[in-house]
Amino acid sequence: MKRVVSVVALCASALLGSTAVRAADVEVIHWWTSGGEQAAVSVFAREFDALGGDNWVDTAIAGGENARSATLQRILGGDPPGAAQFNPGRQYEELIAGGMLLDLTDLATKENWAGFIRPASISEACLVDGRWWCVPVNIHSWNWGWASIPAFEKAGVDVPSNLDEFLAAAPKLKEAGVIPFAIGGESWQISGAFGVVLTAALGLEKREQLFKDRNLEVAGGPEVKKAIETFRSLKQWSDEGSAGRNWNDTTNLVVTDQAGMQIMGDWARGEFGVAGEKPGVDYACIPGPSTPPTVTTDGDIFLFPKQSDPEVERAQLKMASMMVNPQVQALFNNAKGSMPIRDDVDMSLADDCMKLGLSIIKDPANIAIAAGRWINNDTTGQLNDLWAQFWADDSMTVEDAQAKFVEIIKVAE
Amino acid sequence: MAHIAPAKDDLAVAVSGVAAPDRDRRRPFAKLQAVLGTTPMIATAVGVFVICILFSVWWSFTNSKLFPNNNFIGLAQYNRLWANDRWIISVNNIWFFGIMSMTFNMVFGYLLAVFMDQRIKQEDLFRSIFLYPFAMSSIVTGLVWQWMMDPNLGIQETVRNLGWEGFNFAPLARGETAIYGLVLAGIWNGVGVTMAIMLAGLRGVDAEIWKAAKVDGIPAWRTYLFIVLPMMKGAIVTAFILQATGIIRVFDLVIAMTQGGPGISTQMPAIYVIQHITDRVNVGQGMAAATMMLFPIAILIAVRALLEWRARAREKSV
Repeated sequence: MKRVVSVVALCASALLGSTAVRAADVEVIHWWTSGGEQAAVSVFAREFDALGGDNWVDTAIAGGENARSATLQRILGGDPPGAAQFNPGRQYEELIAGGMLLDLTDLATKENWAGFIRPASISEACLVDGRWWCVPVNIHSWNWGWASIPAFEKAGVDVPSNLDEFLAAAPKLKEAGVIPFAIGGESWQISGAFGVVLTAALGLEKREQLFKDRNLEVAGGPEVKKAIETFRSLKQWSDEGSAGRNWNDTTNLVVTDQAGMQIMGDWARGEFGVAGEKPGVDYACIPGPSTPPTVTTDGDIFLFPKQSDPEVERAQLKMASMMVNPQVQALFNNAKGSMPIRDDVDMSLADDCMKLGLSIIKDPANIAIAAGRWINNDTTGQLNDLWAQFWADDSMTVEDAQAKFVEIIKVAE
Repeated sequence: MAHIAPAKDDLAVAVSGVAAPDRDRRRPFAKLQAVLGTTPMIATAVGVFVICILFSVWWSFTNSKLFPNNNFIGLAQYNRLWANDRWIISVNNIWFFGIMSMTFNMVFGYLLAVFMDQRIKQEDLFRSIFLYPFAMSSIVTGLVWQWMMDPNLGIQETVRNLGWEGFNFAPLARGETAIYGLVLAGIWNGVGVTMAIMLAGLRGVDAEIWKAAKVDGIPAWRTYLFIVLPMMKGAIVTAFILQATGIIRVFDLVIAMTQGGPGISTQMPAIYVIQHITDRVNVGQGMAAATMMLFPIAILIAVRALLEWRARAREKSV
């Protein structure tokens, strides 16, 4: 069916092509489907279409895993999309090695991307052996707690600044009829939340030894054990409806003051924004949640699979250039809840939570490099399985989970 | 397979020694036609099934990532597979889900077919209602089931709001019970089509049998169970195979209802395979799992072939 359509489209464009410069359609695969995410991606689409000539063709696929799978399969199948979203790290290393991506080096040199994209851990995701293979569009930090201020007021306790304080406040929240800890039961959410708990327990230096150097002593050490124990304690404060719940439905529990706190990346801020909530009044953003605060340099990148049609390639380069434009960066990141990849953007629109994030990221000592930079998707997937299993199965002991964790780190490639 | 039947006929004719001479002359041409006609089918079957399966099996012995490669690493992928909690749980789940839904589907399917066979009014309407679940995508029905079993907005909450505060019905919320929720949805999905096939089987039974049974004074339930049921072998086998193929590749229902959760308690082999060859970019591991999925089926086919071969050998010796 698709082939028939494309053949018809090809014939039609061949007929029209003789009269005018052909406008190219660039199909963009992404997984931005929640309210805040849609607001953000439509900034890109609007700005790209406004440049004239070419069209942004939106292919939103719910769920990062599904969207990335679709992209990989289509590239392998010889029907690559014009652009596709990934997370910075090793998810696309084989696409680069296989020569399947458009080389953006000339454009990047012309616009001096290396000069303004910061911090280095963000540009390194796309800059491989001196060549640019993708465009970082934002910096997301997983390390945030999102708390409902009215919910904590109702329980008569202060908004916590780290996990120990939260666990101390949790019984009061429960007594007040609030779900203390909001989490969705999807494995990436559980595993992500564990990553935050782990970072808080380990500190950045040991975290790097663990994921970068695969230090098994750290993996089997007391800090990891404490993180697993904390995680088990958090579980007993979650609600029974969490199984399979989307992250944004979970955030909505905090937005509507039914739940106390959720650990989620800063994309959650977009949901509060869409609901018209004010930081510091309706909700609190707790960096870390740990003392001292940390931010991770997760985020999103777009890569541009090689195309046979030079017109599409021209449009791809135009899109890449549009994505790093300071004006677009300001509008996009403000809607998305993330931080811009450059300093020279007009952040007068930024709210308090984003300003807080930007102040923390100024100090390199606070920056935790996303674990996905060091471990590949296979290992990430095994960790997702492990923490999902541990979360759901109370009969799995802490020691058991740690032994499996050590095993996964040991064989990680 | 059509080309086999005439060949058999010819053999019979040749053995009995009364082959018509003009048929003989036509045969080379007819054979050529048959070969030409079936070549595309044979090529597709060999190309798609045999070669692809061989590649899958071969890649399961390699460390293929995104791109398949030929670095032989022996049984390493299988060792990892069988040391993996998630895979073990998946295998247990598929057996449990398979046996439960197969049993209930066949029993209820037959009972429903018997019920429909009572010359009831509005038979067409009922048949459509029972068949409807099969016509819909499992993603859609799975999602509806998920909502119904959601503790905060489904049946449990509704009944509690009616006054029964202690009412519990949220199987998907807990790892130990989630698989029962899947089985329930699986039965609801599959029972209608089983009924339709069984009903066709029932209707195919000669009316004379019924008359004879009545004359002999055999009660209707015994006729259904001991006389009609054994005569419907074809319908039963068809329903069984249809259910079995649906069960072994169960994927969308689980994705829609639980995504393999809570935790990894409702994972299935097909999800494991697909996740590894796509998002987890580990084709080798995915292929090892796929090969293990093929294994029981291959054994079944081999056993069947063996039985047939023995039956034929016995026929020949007689």
